[in-house]
Amino acid sequence: MEEQHKAVALISGGLDSMLAVKVLQEQGIEVEGINFYTGFCVEGHTHAIRNKDKDKQKRNNALWVAEQLGIKLHIVDVIQEYKDVLLNPKHGYGANMNPCLDCKIFMVNKAVEWVKENHKNGFDFIITGEVIGQRPMSQRKQTMPIVAAESGADDILLRPLCAKNLPATKPELEGWVDREKLHDFSGRSRKPQMALAKKYGFTDYASPAGGCCFLTDKNYSDKLVDLWKGRGSREYEMDDIMLLKVGRHLRPKGEYKLIIARDAGESKYLEGYRKQYTSIQATSHNGPLALIDGDIDPEDYSHAASIVARYGQGRDADEVEVLVSIPNQEKQNLKVQPLSSEQVLEDWHI
Amino acid sequence: MRYELDARRMLCPMPVIKAQNKIKDLAVGDILDIFCTDPGALNDIPAWARINGHVVLETSEQDGDIVVTVQVNE
Repeated sequence: MEEQHKAVALISGGLDSMLAVKVLQEQGIEVEGINFYTGFCVEGHTHAIRNKDKDKQKRNNALWVAEQLGIKLHIVDVIQEYKDVLLNPKHGYGANMNPCLDCKIFMVNKAVEWVKENHKNGFDFIITGEVIGQRPMSQRKQTMPIVAAESGADDILLRPLCAKNLPATKPELEGWVDREKLHDFSGRSRKPQMALAKKYGFTDYASPAGGCCFLTDKNYSDKLVDLWKGRGSREYEMDDIMLLKVGRHLRPKGEYKLIIARDAGESKYLEGYRKQYTSIQATSHNGPLALIDGDIDPEDYSHAASIVARYGQGRDADEVEVLVSIPNQEKQNLKVQPLSSEQVLEDWHI
Repeated sequence: MRYELDARRMLCPMPVIKAQNKIKDLAVGDILDIFCTDPGALNDIPAWARINGHVVLETSEQDGDIVVTVQVNE
């Protein structure tokens, strides 16, 4: 009996990886999915926080794609390992803090490790939804061999959507996969993918405009760089990268910044951090919860509180009472005059 | 055996990852109660369970927490 060869697919939750899996399934290849969670994935996260997003569909697209395809999905937490990718990218950053090429190499390398661990179960090769020319940094004709070589995948990395534009890989040369039934997509156009999706009957699929990573977002990247600058160190923890997605961030002084909730949903979310961070909230009027990140001089509490009061219902009052809660210390009640919009300097906004 | 997993304050997909990693160590028939605060878990954990052949016995709310109860099936 002919040996059954299996593939593991990098599943982002987008259309391309979904199509890549389907193309192989059409050839009778059994596929399982793997999805890496770096902490910067747009997936999930913020939909749970902001009030305005409450009605958005709360689904993880990678899980949804796997279910549509009828494949197993392994979600792997790579938050700690990913720090080195972000902090020391050999191939540099894209337009923002996105180390796309190093990221792809890292993820394919993790998939190589997974294949080695699961070779006894019949897994022999890796597939991705990459298309030549689709992404300016990581999906170019010149970078495709770099990903294959530096990840250690070499000829077991198959890109079904653009395979015909690339040298044949082991699954093709060995006859596990029919190269003629693979594709030759290239360029930024989405039309070939949309046509293939139509052929397969995929009508509902995610197509995030800026990719699937917060690091491609300028605003997010600016906040990350500010965080490092404010601390004098490029270290970060999971809580840091989560909080960069929440609230308006203002840095009135180099030593500290304020994270001010933009609605009740964000205030509720920030509540969970009150034991770790000094927090400020108006008590005489409805207003947002704000966290202080950094080393604030106690003499600056009033100034910070007057900024926070600006964003509550007491913004036009002569005086607002606020509570400053410092972890493991007695709470402080202050009376402050809210700053006017002109007094909240543009430079403070991160 | 019945087990509990605290995934409160975690945002998806972390509750799924924690549940997935915990279930790897459980036996067929074991039951896991996963306590979450992210409403996304109501979709994601059942989706993960369906994909991987486990059974969601119940989803409920207890004192503001979302509780997803999964039985290990394979």
